[in-house]
Amino acid sequence: MPAAESQSGLHKPFQPQPWRDRRMEVILGNLLRAGVLLSAAVVLAGACVYLARHAHEKADYRIFRGEPSEFRTIPGVIQSVIHGRGRGLIQLGLLILIATPIARVAFSIAGFTIERDRMYVVFTVIVLLVLLFSLLGSGIGV
Amino acid sequence: MSVLAFTAFVALVSFAAGLLGSLTGLGGGVVLVPLLTILFHVDIRYAIGASLVSVIATSSGAAAAYVKEGFSNIRIGMFLEIATTFGALCGAFLATRIPTAVLATIFGAVLLYSAYLSRKPRPEALRNLPPDPLASKLRLNGSFPEGGKNRKYNVQNVPAGFSLMFGAGALSGLLGIGSGAVKVLAMDQAMRIPFKVSTTTSNFMIGVTAAASAGVYLGRGYIDPGLAMPVMLGVLAGSLLGSRILVRAETKSLRLVFSLVILVLGLQMLYKGLWGQI
Repeated sequence: MPAAESQSGLHKPFQPQPWRDRRMEVILGNLLRAGVLLSAAVVLAGACVYLARHAHEKADYRIFRGEPSEFRTIPGVIQSVIHGRGRGLIQLGLLILIATPIARVAFSIAGFTIERDRMYVVFTVIVLLVLLFSLLGSGIGV
Repeated sequence: MSVLAFTAFVALVSFAAGLLGSLTGLGGGVVLVPLLTILFHVDIRYAIGASLVSVIATSSGAAAAYVKEGFSNIRIGMFLEIATTFGALCGAFLATRIPTAVLATIFGAVLLYSAYLSRKPRPEALRNLPPDPLASKLRLNGSFPEGGKNRKYNVQNVPAGFSLMFGAGALSGLLGIGSGAVKVLAMDQAMRIPFKVSTTTSNFMIGVTAAASAGVYLGRGYIDPGLAMPVMLGVLAGSLLGSRILVRAETKSLRLVFSLVILVLGLQMLYKGLWGQI
């Protein structure tokens, strides 16, 4: 028996999915859905502004140019939303979408802490660090 | 094509992909990139960025529904996410360095494999397997409701499953897909997890895995708002509708049609990749 479980006395041995896991999953599931719906609403709002202004321009994605920095970094996206740009709003919605599963992982840390499951707190922290490294290491924070 | 027409067509195709993907359980993401590159002549890098975003949307959107069924195993998911997120990060960095023709070739091979896998019956997990010491130590074993009773299962072969999940993550980061096919291999074949549990748990993991490579793609300018918008909204709407109208009786022929679509797209991608037409 791992030390964390026997000390806490909260778990019966060999009962890997206690009701707390279930409740945690339900909360996390709802969190994910809320994040997706919020993101979809923001993207839709951005789409209206973008289409109202650019509907008759030519769409061409044949050649890869890469996005300008206003659509590549978090401060850039926020700036472009402040300037009322539709595509900035779409990118903001996509940022919310990317943040949603990351929030789920962060909340799982709290859940495993409440369950006093040290091993899974460590696993979850590792996953969160990889996610944060990916986001901040790729230079979108500046 | 004007922006309005392009947006409408892409949204429609994405809606169909999301709907079929959710009805057949094969996932819509895998057909999006070839459809965007072949039908709409989108550069494969923009296509991958948009597809990755839609993968996060469908995975997170479906999570609440899956949780209600009570099959997913949060510990298996979290443990394997260590492998998939590291893999996704490696895959995404690799994607920005290898030529697009190579990307298309790998994509074609993955599509062909998915088509093959979708025609094969999934192996039903063997019952009453002895508990594996490592899986017990990691507390991965669990139970799920079946026929009014709680059916227990013992997870097997953790190292093989973990390594395969790294591969699944790398493919997801490389190609902007959920890589359900490799996850099936890892969780069903190697770890012997009952497929009701593996399907729902892998859905839970797909969003986190995709988020690990999304940062890299965004930072490299692969995610274009004008393209990602209709793709994400279309796929999300299609898959949400699909999960509501799930009619068991008709999925068999739908599955056949969809796997044929995957097969044809796979051959096209392979051809384009090998002849450098991308």
